[in-house]
Amino acid sequence: MVPQFWPVKRRIRETGDSITLDLRAPEPLRLRPGQFNMLYAFGIGEIPVSLSGHTGETDRVVHTIRSVGAVSAALASIKRGGTVGVRGPFGNAWPMEEAVGRDILLVAGGIGLAPLRPVLYRILENRQQYGEVGLVYGAREPDDLLFQRDIDRWRRTEGLQVRVTVDHADQEWTGEVGVVTKGIPKIQFDPVNTVAMVCGPEIMLRVVADELRSLELRSEHIYVSLERNMKCAVGMCGHCQFGPEFICKDGPVFPLDRVLDNLLRREI
Amino acid sequence: MKSMADLIREHPFIDGLDEAIIALIAGCAKNVVFKAGDYILREGADAEYFYLIREGTVALETYAPGRGPITFLTLKHGDILGASWLVPPYRWNHDARATETTRAIAFECKCLRDKCEADHHVGYEMMKLFIPPLVDRMRIARLQSADVYGDSKV
Repeated sequence: MVPQFWPVKRRIRETGDSITLDLRAPEPLRLRPGQFNMLYAFGIGEIPVSLSGHTGETDRVVHTIRSVGAVSAALASIKRGGTVGVRGPFGNAWPMEEAVGRDILLVAGGIGLAPLRPVLYRILENRQQYGEVGLVYGAREPDDLLFQRDIDRWRRTEGLQVRVTVDHADQEWTGEVGVVTKGIPKIQFDPVNTVAMVCGPEIMLRVVADELRSLELRSEHIYVSLERNMKCAVGMCGHCQFGPEFICKDGPVFPLDRVLDNLLRREI
Repeated sequence: MKSMADLIREHPFIDGLDEAIIALIAGCAKNVVFKAGDYILREGADAEYFYLIREGTVALETYAPGRGPITFLTLKHGDILGASWLVPPYRWNHDARATETTRAIAFECKCLRDKCEADHHVGYEMMKLFIPPLVDRMRIARLQSADVYGDSKV
């Protein structure tokens, strides 16, 4: 429960308000895509941030942080050579084992691409294990798109379908404009044999879930990553309670059929 | 060489429309091609034609003083361009610009409105085609206006 202090080995500015920190753990950890750490800005506070880099056995732990409040702004301002307090990893993982032998559809909105990037890295490292693979990614504007070098490389990768869209743009943008659901029907996949993984703002999750179910994906094969305010991250304080689930220890990744009713409940 | 009715029938938007109605509306249609950069519609102009996009990309834009044109939607093969022809005063409320060479089927709006008025069954079938994409565009617009990627207070 006490944070360790890890050095920042690399700091990458991704967008105007998002940075990626590449941290070094004191020893190799076994990390899984979908998990998160509690990152502590000394004297300011602590927030949950998903892993956004390579996973597996590694001492290199990568997080992408969007600066929206006091803690995230403090973390985003830490330079190379600085230190970050870390507790974790916590939470469960995206269903990589269930996805073996199936088509995979990843749908990300905004900062939601960060928790899904480890999934794509894992897929590309083991490409032959999966069927069709598609990524649909949406952001507010072109300048808000994360990991643009990765996206360029993924677009050129054989066997990977990529659709990127923004909510609005000026004439310099030559890509697609519209909400992320527009890109989903453009991906080739077999709805009966597909695992979908969705991450982004909760409004987006609900709309994407509707779209996927209209395309006949079953709710038990659609996985979403949820977030709520987290404090302890070990299922004790109750801040992240979501109906009968604790996001920190029962999630953050859930099959849609387990959480859909509560996603539609306004008071939770 | 394919007839206009053939081209209309092949378009995804027309899926399931009665053959007799396809033959009827083909009389209001013609093939058109736009070069990259051509403005197909202009805000405030009379809605003379609407389009079924066969190939290419069209950016729907609105102009903001000080910011220039803002693209709020891109349309591709299978999409329809233009719904204001359905509602008086039949004027476009946005611009539409081809961003690459774009081929489309253009329908003369007054011709089609006259056919709908003359035969309400035709009118009803056309409404059944147009309403679902309009509802979808409203959903898209709601999401865009909600700015779902905006700041959360964390």
